[in-house]
Amino acid sequence: MTDNLITFDKVNKWYGNNFHVLRDIDLQVKRGEKIVICGPSGSGKSTLIRCINRLEEHQEGKLIVDGVELGDDVKAIDEVRKNVGMVFQQFNLFPHLTVLENLTLSPMWVGKIPKKEAEERAMKQLERVRISEQAGKYPLQLSGGQQQRVAIARALCLTPKIMLFDEPTSALDPEMVSEVLDVMIELAKQGITMICVTHEMGFAKAVADRVIFMDQGQIIEQNTPENFFNNPQNERSKDFLSKILGH
Amino acid sequence: MTYSFTPITPRPSPVKTDGIVPWLRANLFGDLKTTIATVLLGGILLWLIPQLLDWAVFRATTVTNADACRATGVGACWGAVIEKHRLIFFGRYPFEEQWRPFVATLLMVGMIVVSCIRVFWRPWLAAMWLAGLAVFFVLMYGSVFGLSKVETDRWGGFPLTMLLATLSIGMAFPIALLVGIGRTSKLPAIRAFCTIYVELIRGVPLISVLFMASFMLPLFMPQGFSVDVLIRVLVGITLFTAAYMAEVIRGGLQAIPKGQVEAAATLGLSYWQTQRKIVLPQAMAMVVPSLMNNFIAVFIDTSLVTIVSLYELMGSHGLAFNSDADWRPFKIEGYIFIALIYFTFCFAMARYSAWVEKQANKGRMR
Repeated sequence: MTDNLITFDKVNKWYGNNFHVLRDIDLQVKRGEKIVICGPSGSGKSTLIRCINRLEEHQEGKLIVDGVELGDDVKAIDEVRKNVGMVFQQFNLFPHLTVLENLTLSPMWVGKIPKKEAEERAMKQLERVRISEQAGKYPLQLSGGQQQRVAIARALCLTPKIMLFDEPTSALDPEMVSEVLDVMIELAKQGITMICVTHEMGFAKAVADRVIFMDQGQIIEQNTPENFFNNPQNERSKDFLSKILGH
Repeated sequence: MTYSFTPITPRPSPVKTDGIVPWLRANLFGDLKTTIATVLLGGILLWLIPQLLDWAVFRATTVTNADACRATGVGACWGAVIEKHRLIFFGRYPFEEQWRPFVATLLMVGMIVVSCIRVFWRPWLAAMWLAGLAVFFVLMYGSVFGLSKVETDRWGGFPLTMLLATLSIGMAFPIALLVGIGRTSKLPAIRAFCTIYVELIRGVPLISVLFMASFMLPLFMPQGFSVDVLIRVLVGITLFTAAYMAEVIRGGLQAIPKGQVEAAATLGLSYWQTQRKIVLPQAMAMVVPSLMNNFIAVFIDTSLVTIVSLYELMGSHGLAFNSDADWRPFKIEGYIFIALIYFTFCFAMARYSAWVEKQANKGRMR
């Protein structure tokens, strides 16, 4: 048995007939690995991680998550989603439910856990992201940073093996970015497998085992953070880095 | 060297914004145009209201005598309403048995009031409705427990209005939910079916639906097999209303951001769990005002069943006044009376809708 939790094998995806958004993606993610994906907008980063929990379908190649191959089989998709938590750029909390209800919804309805137990677990996750005092509020009554931390806690309630982050700090006010990154760094230290699309280079340096650079649907460079930032191997990555670190 | 930040203490606004005078200035006499409008409209009201009061109250009479009402100088003849109120209220229902529709209507109104109160939103509410409706029908139809039998075509007046409105709203709503969800479904067959249903129904006026239900449908039925006209009309109104409500609901469903469904999917919720727990609650909260619009329209449109000879409130007003030459001149008083009944119920629905809207949007208030 390999220690690869996620395997992309020549994965291709198109939007419509002509937009080739993922091209021959080969990628292995080991258990416990932290990966940061960066690249210009439209390069397919989000699409790539959204394939992992089948929010997007791939048309060619093999994608295996925790031993389960993703295809049209609905049971396989459900199985994978149980093990994969996701945090979105726009938080996507449910505005009509309180913070606590946001967290207990899935454990109660999908996991069939009694309400009281689900609430206890939820409170533990809220403490983990340091926001338990807001449990009774509605999401829109919180700041962006607080909402994103609730979203992280909500994903953690499923006790996932893999956490996907899709530009988790891009919609935040500058002052709130660090409170979310702090939570993510703590999470990374606890050993969960993490794939994170982000341009927070400080975060990448702090936690990433590997940085993946994408452009035009392809993985152009994979490297350790030190090598990627100090000694990029590809012209395109060099150019990209000079633009985002230039000021 | 650094400076520490000292916020300026907040001060009250120098312009007073509450109290009567500022309110008047802001709302009625803000500028020249508003002032002119206020004076003009105020003048018209000052001219109209006294005349109306004079007719409706000061010169009005309550004697139940048509000749006395005809005397010169007499205003509104409320005697006409007093004389005819049983006919207006209960239509052609047998006179001695009219306590039955009276009790049945009270029961129905009571159940509606109970259903509107939040603490009663429990599973037993459905059981209460089933039992309540059974009692309603037994009371109205009779032929058991020593109650004489009253055929549905003799049912009329306000009980019929309540029955038609309540049942068609109650049945149309679940259909509308399913059709609304169906129109946003990923499955082409379901989507097409729901679209065809909605477009077909929206393409015809309610009157022709009622005509079809009451006159044409029996022609297609096998010999000796017939469905009561009341049921046919109910089905007609229900299907008609459901199509309109479905479109309102679809509007709400489509306003839910895609991210909500995606988040639900990543949490492992199934399609129906997502609809029930995430999409519908938010969509419904958004469409409360337009849905209530539909509900009120149904309540009022039940008056159209008169054309297929079911005499609900509006129809029994006609029964009461059109065939009686003595009282016919005073049908306007009768109209005002039933207008008040309609208004009371519609206004209550509107206020209730405002409350529901507030409840449903709790999460959006800061």
